[in-house]
Amino acid sequence: MSVLDSKVPKGPLDQKWTAHKNKINLVNPANKRKIDVIVVGTGLAGGAAAASLAELGYNVKTFCYQDSPRRAHSIAAQGGINASKNYQGDGDSNYRLFYDTVKGGDYRSREANVYRLAEVSGNIIDQCVAQGVPFAREYGGQLDNRSFGGVLVSRTFYAKGQTGQQLLLGAYSAMNRQINRGKITPYNRHEMLDLVLVDGKARGIIARDLVTGAIERHSAHAVVLASGGYGNVFFLSTNAMGSNVMAAWRAHRRGAYFANPCFTQIHPTCIPVSGDHQSKLTLMSESLRNDGRIWVPAKKEDADAIRAGKLKPTQIAEADRDYFLERRYPAFGNLVPRDVASRAAKERCDAGFGVNKTGEAVYLDFDAAIMRYGKEKALISGQKDASDTEVRVLGEAIIAAKYGNLFQMYEKIVDENPYKTPMMIYPAVHYTMGGLWVDYNLQTTIPGCFAAGEANFSDHGANRLGASALMQGLADGYFVLPSTIGDYLADDIATGTIPTDSPEFEAAEKEVTDRMAKMKAGKGLHSVDYYHKKLGKIMWNKCGMSRNEKELNEAIEEIAALRADFWENVKIPGDINTKNQELEKAGRVADFLELGELFAKDALTRNESCGGHFREEYQTPEGEALRDDENFKFVSAWEYKGAPKDAVLHKEALVYENIEVKTRSYK
Amino acid sequence: MKLTLKIWRQDSANSKGKMQTYPIDGIEGDMSFLEMLDVLNEGLINKGETPVEFDHDCREGICGSCSLQINGEPHGPDRMVTTCQLHMRSFKDGDTIAIEPFRAKAFPVIKDLIVDRSAFDRIQQSGGYVSVNTSGNTLDANAIPINKQDADSAFAAAACIGCGACVAACKNASAMLFTSAKVSQYALLPQGQVEATERVENMVRQMDLEGFGNCTNTGACEIECPKGISLENIARLNREFLSANIKG
Repeated sequence: MSVLDSKVPKGPLDQKWTAHKNKINLVNPANKRKIDVIVVGTGLAGGAAAASLAELGYNVKTFCYQDSPRRAHSIAAQGGINASKNYQGDGDSNYRLFYDTVKGGDYRSREANVYRLAEVSGNIIDQCVAQGVPFAREYGGQLDNRSFGGVLVSRTFYAKGQTGQQLLLGAYSAMNRQINRGKITPYNRHEMLDLVLVDGKARGIIARDLVTGAIERHSAHAVVLASGGYGNVFFLSTNAMGSNVMAAWRAHRRGAYFANPCFTQIHPTCIPVSGDHQSKLTLMSESLRNDGRIWVPAKKEDADAIRAGKLKPTQIAEADRDYFLERRYPAFGNLVPRDVASRAAKERCDAGFGVNKTGEAVYLDFDAAIMRYGKEKALISGQKDASDTEVRVLGEAIIAAKYGNLFQMYEKIVDENPYKTPMMIYPAVHYTMGGLWVDYNLQTTIPGCFAAGEANFSDHGANRLGASALMQGLADGYFVLPSTIGDYLADDIATGTIPTDSPEFEAAEKEVTDRMAKMKAGKGLHSVDYYHKKLGKIMWNKCGMSRNEKELNEAIEEIAALRADFWENVKIPGDINTKNQELEKAGRVADFLELGELFAKDALTRNESCGGHFREEYQTPEGEALRDDENFKFVSAWEYKGAPKDAVLHKEALVYENIEVKTRSYK
Repeated sequence: MKLTLKIWRQDSANSKGKMQTYPIDGIEGDMSFLEMLDVLNEGLINKGETPVEFDHDCREGICGSCSLQINGEPHGPDRMVTTCQLHMRSFKDGDTIAIEPFRAKAFPVIKDLIVDRSAFDRIQQSGGYVSVNTSGNTLDANAIPINKQDADSAFAAAACIGCGACVAACKNASAMLFTSAKVSQYALLPQGQVEATERVENMVRQMDLEGFGNCTNTGACEIECPKGISLENIARLNREFLSANIKG
């Protein structure tokens, strides 16, 4: 038998979760007061978990590197959150949300987990409304919905282009209520540097107070890692500057298997790179694809003229435009899933049709939507013979109401008015589907160490659909973990407080301080950013939107060499015992330098194309991804054995009992 | 672009700080202000000096981490943007730019340009929530229709990112705009009604305890707010506070 036991309950798909909850162990309220839980990360998953666990009666400690839990990067999610409410009466259901998510993930996610996600999705919306989250509403006072990629219904709830912000502030408010009651102790400006195991169980963490530089020991009966994804391994991504893999990677080094590291989402609609100084990339929400049409010039000479600044996009006639998504995928058009849209854009740009200086951009055009909305508005407000100019003014106002903040953001960055000229967009690293391997209870392969939200791997397979990350983070945090963690903690009611003066804590702290001292002892040739940027270039060029065997092998060699160089020559100014942002960055980059290599190894091992993982050797004659279900219908879970190249692969076979596995088609 | 930067340097909360001058060259218009500071820091590190510390994270204007008083204005000269969204095209070759931390008694400096804004968290903890359990046993989300205008106004108030520009802009270092935005979000929604009285009393008390100054309605906060939080919220807080006092 495989060492990986997914612990998926038996029984019909739609009854698994209820049956599981009825059977698992509970901890009585008096005993919960004797149990401590550490939550690392305070985004949607961590914030929601912390609030819910504290509410149940556990003593919770939260950790975040930001100065407040409210600043976790969930805050930047724009477009929305899915739920199978079927408020629009357009045929939505739990099964359909489940089906879309499994299909969208290109049949590489675990059926039972995804169904549970769909099952609790409606409840998330109820919960958030009860908390006072101001979702968008229709004039009748009911909640409004919009549509996202890869689906044929409108199931996305939203708050302008700031849905993540509003949901996170909801979770933060639930945390605040528990902080006020003394049930959560927040450790802000703190970073987890290691996981501490006692008798094989996760019993605490070593953390650094980022203000004083003090190294601290914190114990608990269980540790929840909700520390987000690792997209910053690419240096340039839509992640926050501080987003990092440290908590998950430290757990990996202590025995937690890392699943599907090569499954990365390259989001199609981001603002293109403008120069070498660039520190991060900015997403333009997928919701824009509801109304924006993506195109490049159909003639190469037009593309050349645009790049040379001799032609404007608005001067290109309708017939000379190639709406390539609508052309290739007529059924889903501009709303194909992200991996498909990204590859299609790259294909056009590689073929020489790109539209910015570097040839790495396509247009996202709102002109048709502005005129369509404008006409409708003119009609309902009684202007039956409005001129084009009048229609345009009305239409622009409607687009502004829907996406105003995104348009403003675009204009600030690019210095062009997207109401008047099409936006330029290009794919960028956005989300990581891979993460710590977890079972149905969200427990990693280390007993007592749980992973939630983007930090785990479970629900999105090889590609995540839009508006599903918020859903998964909150599902894990509000509804799944609070139930499943009790099953584990039921054995700990008589354990008592875990002491922090044990040899295990001692040893873990020493490893942490030794590591920092070693980093500080580098010869001082190059800054941390120098290494991070180099790593990012290797990742983007050789492990990015399309990958091949030769380049993946090169990436593995190059990353290992860069890592050795880093440890020998990195420069960390200042003192390690005080506030030191360069030291913080160095610790994160050191872990990216290990993860990056495992990422490449995973991509090299997976001899198929699926979702966001596109191997050039495995494609159809039309250039679509060619999956190999016979040999690769499994989750790759890597066991740490020292150097990333020595990691050992374990496979969790994926079984589909309720869904027919077929070739994904959006045509 | 060639610029002269005058930057506040301070080792720690207890040490004395001072302005220090740094010439910088090779700055392009499409760099963000923080990317310009990245360039400065890379240069300082390579010269063996200590880089300037500043708070930043999402770099897309939503997390509220970045702050900075730039030439005397929170988040610099542009309106409706945070420092991370301010681009160098707003400056001219040869400019001198003064960069300081947000100044307020309730926001002590931690290091260089970083201040401690945990007072904001404590105001929220004192009442900025609806006491509903997250167990999932709530009403269906569409059971209570909410008038679109109220929902939109609640959203507009809830868009506050907690950056502290309002405090830094205020001559009294008052936190009224911040506090009133949260009070307003709940005051405008039916979900917030049950605890309205305690909420406004507790949050205002905590705001005073933290050492923020009083509001004298000069409106500087509204002008500098990167999210356009309106002064109407302060008026609403005052009404809520008054009616809470009458209810007693």
